[in-house]
Amino acid sequence: MATATKYIGKAMKRKEDPRLIQGLARYVDDIRLPEMHYAAFVRSPHAHATIRSVDTSKAAAAPGVVAVLTGEDVRGVIGPIPCAAQIPDMKPAIRPVLALDRVRVVGEPVAVVVATERYAARDAAELVEVDYEPLPAVVDPERALAKGAPLLYQEFGTNRAYHWELEGGDVKKAFRQADRVVKQRIVNHRTLPMPMEPRGVLADFNPGGGRLTVWSSTQIPHLLRTQIAAMLSFHESSVHVITPEVGGGFGSKLNVYAEEALVAHLSIKLGKPVKWMESRRENFQATIHGRDEIAYLEMALKRDGTALGLRCRVVADLGAYYQLLTPLIPTMTGLMICGCYKIPAVHVEIDGVLTNKMPTDAVRGAGRPEATYFIERMMNLAAAELKKDPIEIRRKNFPMPTEFPYATPTGVIYDSANYQRSLDLVLKNSGYSKLRKDQATLRKQGRYLGIGLSTYVEICAMGPSSAMPAGGWESATVRVEPTGRVTILTGASPHGQGQETSFAQLGAEILGMELDDVQVVHGDTAAVPYGIGTFGSRGTAVGGTAVYKSLLKLREKLAAIAGHILGEEPGKLEFEGKVIRSRASKKSLPLAEAIGAAYVAKTLPPGMEPGLDATTFFEPSNFTYPFGAHVCVVEVDPSTGDVKLLRYVAVDDCGNVINPLLVDGQVHGGIVHSIGQALLEEVVYDEQGQLLTGELTDYAIPRAADLSRMETDRTVTPTDVNPMGVKGVGEAGTIGATPALANAVVDALEPFGVKHLDIPFKRERVWQAIHKARRAR
Amino acid sequence: MSLDIQVRVNKKEHHSTIEPRLLLVHYLRDVLGLTGTHIGCETSLCGACTVLLDGKAVKSCTVLAAQADGAEITTIEGLAGTYNGGKGLHPLQEGFWEKHGLQCGFCTPGMILTASQLLTDNPTPTEPEIRRAISGNLCRCTGYQHIVDSIQYAAKKMKGKTERGKGKGK
Repeated sequence: MATATKYIGKAMKRKEDPRLIQGLARYVDDIRLPEMHYAAFVRSPHAHATIRSVDTSKAAAAPGVVAVLTGEDVRGVIGPIPCAAQIPDMKPAIRPVLALDRVRVVGEPVAVVVATERYAARDAAELVEVDYEPLPAVVDPERALAKGAPLLYQEFGTNRAYHWELEGGDVKKAFRQADRVVKQRIVNHRTLPMPMEPRGVLADFNPGGGRLTVWSSTQIPHLLRTQIAAMLSFHESSVHVITPEVGGGFGSKLNVYAEEALVAHLSIKLGKPVKWMESRRENFQATIHGRDEIAYLEMALKRDGTALGLRCRVVADLGAYYQLLTPLIPTMTGLMICGCYKIPAVHVEIDGVLTNKMPTDAVRGAGRPEATYFIERMMNLAAAELKKDPIEIRRKNFPMPTEFPYATPTGVIYDSANYQRSLDLVLKNSGYSKLRKDQATLRKQGRYLGIGLSTYVEICAMGPSSAMPAGGWESATVRVEPTGRVTILTGASPHGQGQETSFAQLGAEILGMELDDVQVVHGDTAAVPYGIGTFGSRGTAVGGTAVYKSLLKLREKLAAIAGHILGEEPGKLEFEGKVIRSRASKKSLPLAEAIGAAYVAKTLPPGMEPGLDATTFFEPSNFTYPFGAHVCVVEVDPSTGDVKLLRYVAVDDCGNVINPLLVDGQVHGGIVHSIGQALLEEVVYDEQGQLLTGELTDYAIPRAADLSRMETDRTVTPTDVNPMGVKGVGEAGTIGATPALANAVVDALEPFGVKHLDIPFKRERVWQAIHKARRAR
Repeated sequence: MSLDIQVRVNKKEHHSTIEPRLLLVHYLRDVLGLTGTHIGCETSLCGACTVLLDGKAVKSCTVLAAQADGAEITTIEGLAGTYNGGKGLHPLQEGFWEKHGLQCGFCTPGMILTASQLLTDNPTPTEPEIRRAISGNLCRCTGYQHIVDSIQYAAKKMKGKTERGKGKGK
């Protein structure tokens, strides 16, 4: 990247904000079409039941109702919900878009009603009568694996969806040679993605033209187009997906849902636009959940703290069916289980388990927050066991900066890092040694401060296609218009990340223009070449690189044109302030003239094609591996179990940075998402599979007053996986924060004899842990 | 059954015939086409639908349109019009833009209107006061820190204006 920059690396306020702060943005529900109809879903109140019959007659006769469909009506008409993940021998837990003879989770759609008005559709949905015969449900994944557990699928003969193993290095030898083995069962519980905007779909079929337009709140417009076309047996070129403003995703909209295909089908069937907006209750019941892994870990160590080997068995609760990536997510935990430590021998086995719960899938971090929580807790348990400082044991096991690229025994190659530097910086920024002194002083006064450290590495910028289920590249077309403005068409699908700004910064920098000259277009399959979308911290590292490379191609072409006109060598021309100039000869050409020449095509170099349009399909050579170190300070009140967050200090390294303001925003949001998981958030199903946390009254996401100010900082270790050296930052905070908090709380409870406590640290859990430990003494 | 209501929204009079059960948020969005007010939960827990009703921040998903009969409502579309004769953005809008107080933007209109009531009641709030005041408005993207900064920016700017105004009067 250029050394002296005008736009790249600068904190610039966002181009997307004026519409968002004035109420002028258009989310799916803001779009209204003439004769628009509304859909409402009838969902199962049972976690597990057979359907004896569905009577739609009363609903069909209700005012305003134009259609009621059941599973039977679309049997063989709409394909099942797609799953892109393939794991050898995995059982086909595939769901039809509407239940046929059996439901396996509360909230599963059984019928859909369409009416001329929103309220009429909801009223009529209440009138659909479904006769269920309830079956025993199983919600605990370990019980689901036990003999005699109720089976979700009789035909499988088991609730185990798959068994996956990974081994690297000589694990038996490692444990034979160990001075000490530390063992712990650790649970990373189920959470919700909870974007502020629930899901929503609007479909409009034009019977004359045979074209179907679908507006969906999705992170993957092109993949959705392909899947809708496949599910409906439609020509893909006749399906146009538009992603309007999207009110957050966090992985939940990296998916293809039954409602998307059904609403499209209904619009085709009725010849009318049909809209469905998810209610928050539906969002909790029927949009994917995240995490839900139980790990049994064993770490073999030398007396000096050197880690020799790790065994990890994960019981992953997949829920009742597969969504797009459900079975794949736990394997990410397996790949990243070593964290940022040189553990020479590892054995991982994962049991993916079917239970009567909503499918889990990618939620911000997707498998890596689990891995990081497991390994970071294990490092602290090992430190406690060996009476070492948590810092010392980490330093002992970090690879040196010179050892990168570093291959882990799980088979991934960490691109670049300097774990020592981020750790040093977070210790300095947090005033770590003073914190320890304060802690000792306060303990004497009966106050329990806890100091937690996590050092993390994550796998990002997803990713090379060889390691991805459905393509890991990204596309970008950049067009310099005859008017002199630049249009960037990106296959990434930002929904809050701010790439309308950061990509415009790239354009303005490389072509020597102003930010306002560059417009970024995304989320429209009719305008943008095929793309993969935004997830896995890939928008900038993969999508941005495609933009960057296309911009360089255009700059090269413009330089060639200008060089031809000026009689200068193109390679020596510079672009600045809308002028192309040679520093040596002082000759210059207004950028507008070079652009005009490309279109008027009278003064082009011989053999050059007219036009200024460049497309790149960027295929990264590897994932990237951002990292960082977080310190968290809490105070626990032993009389109530209350955990108060006092300080949060983060150092993150996402490689080179295009817009630091946006990076800070991503880090803040990620940290708070994880603070939520560690302190407040937990999806709870009862033994019958009823979702007890069915609304925001019962599922607490962090509020402003629950939090204190985060102190963030950065180190910069560029990657060579892409030419900009950027790594991705969308999930960093989410991955680093949970273990920092967990280590802080356990540290606070150390005087009571508590060695381990699983998140979430709700008051009752902390209080009980204190009292249980006291009794045990 | 239907009901006639008269509501003044963003300084404009509206006479409408509505279903008695129509929620204010649906009235604003579907009847008046003011879609800047968002629906995030329909249970008054998330705050995305916050508007000013007779100057008070209320969650319009749990107010009936019928209850707003005779009231004066300000939505995000009309907020700028309440400040400095409607010239340019409201300082809160400006603050959110300057301080990166939003990402996906879905909570933003409600967050801004809640903050506007805070600054009316308390022009110089401390950070804990800001955090408490916006705790009925959820945001999943920002972690709230930049939102706090945005509101502080606006408070400073609005205070500066009033103080300058006072200064001139002396």
